[in-house]
Amino acid sequence: MKIEVLGMGCSKCSQLTANAEAAVKELNIPVAIVKATDIGTITGYGVMAIPALVIDGKVVSAGRVLTKDEIKELIVR
Amino acid sequence: MIKPLIDVLVYDILKMQRGVLFSEALNFFLYDTIKIFLLLIVIIFIVSFIRTFFPPEKTRAILSHKHKYTGNVLAAILGIVTPFCSCSAVPLFLGFIEAGIPLGVTFSFLVASPVINEVALVMLWGLFGWKIALIYIGSGLTIAIISGMVIGKLRVEGLIEEVNCQKPSGCAPGLGQSIKERIVLSRGYTKDIIRRIWLYVIIGIGVGAWIHGYIPGGLLVKYAGKSNWLAVPFATIIGIPLYSNAAGVIPLVSALTEKGMAMGTALAFMMAVTALSLPEFLILRRVMKLKLLIIFASVVGTGIIITGYLFNFIIR
Repeated sequence: MKIEVLGMGCSKCSQLTANAEAAVKELNIPVAIVKATDIGTITGYGVMAIPALVIDGKVVSAGRVLTKDEIKELIVR
Repeated sequence: MIKPLIDVLVYDILKMQRGVLFSEALNFFLYDTIKIFLLLIVIIFIVSFIRTFFPPEKTRAILSHKHKYTGNVLAAILGIVTPFCSCSAVPLFLGFIEAGIPLGVTFSFLVASPVINEVALVMLWGLFGWKIALIYIGSGLTIAIISGMVIGKLRVEGLIEEVNCQKPSGCAPGLGQSIKERIVLSRGYTKDIIRRIWLYVIIGIGVGAWIHGYIPGGLLVKYAGKSNWLAVPFATIIGIPLYSNAAGVIPLVSALTEKGMAMGTALAFMMAVTALSLPEFLILRRVMKLKLLIIFASVVGTGIIITGYLFNFIIR
């Protein structure tokens, strides 16, 4: 599994990264959260609002800070 | 409805004397704060709810159909209802350009979106009344439409920085949401905004109340009144670094207009605060050449200055 946080270093982006890390930790799965800050990568996903969350190459949310529980749900799914 | 309650609190419960500067200022402060916070909660919630129906993907789809003359108008109007934060300006800009939306139309969107924001609207409505709020929306839309048209005519496509797209466009996230989900989302968004601005609002209204009570009326007529032609461009320029503080700036401006600042000058200042933002320029620099940014700022700035003069001429 691969989890990426797309963002350009705004405060919301770091908040989302933190929530994703907490979610992974609680689920106790060995997944590293990758932060993608490069514009090319972000637009490559077709995302127009950041922060965005990408799980296994699929954009699951854009433009909002998901809570830890929401991320857990997305990972389990 | 709020006013009598505040009067009872200040004059009867706290036993402050009527007509004394401090109690008048306190009364003014409490009244404005409560009114503004009620308005903020209601309006931000409603706007957020409407916005869940207009994700950027939908706006892009609408704008990418060719509407030769209506494109700019449509873009400016959609700029009001599409959720936008300056941190997303870059991916949004690139997403629009990639979809073949003309640069001028994209700029109309980029100008309208921050100018007509829900916080500024509430503050204007609460502190200046609905007429000024409508004038603000109307001028904001007009500036966005005309600036976009002008930039579109300038043929500046060559001034966009190259970005290497590293993957073929992925799929946009599905946004089929139930009403309940939309309500939860809007509630979260409202809380988020209030948490971010409440302190600025209180400080702004506090300083406003102080000015209201302690600064003699008419003091500013000489400097910020209609007769000083330099006031409008000056107000526009000092508005640029004050971004994201519309919440704190508008109550101040409201108090300053009472002391003689001309309405057009005040409008120009508030528009510059929301439309021209230094941090947003820094973010956009990653996709626009400096020359394009300067063109962007000058076209919008000129629009704001003209609007300021116009309303100084029309109002009163």
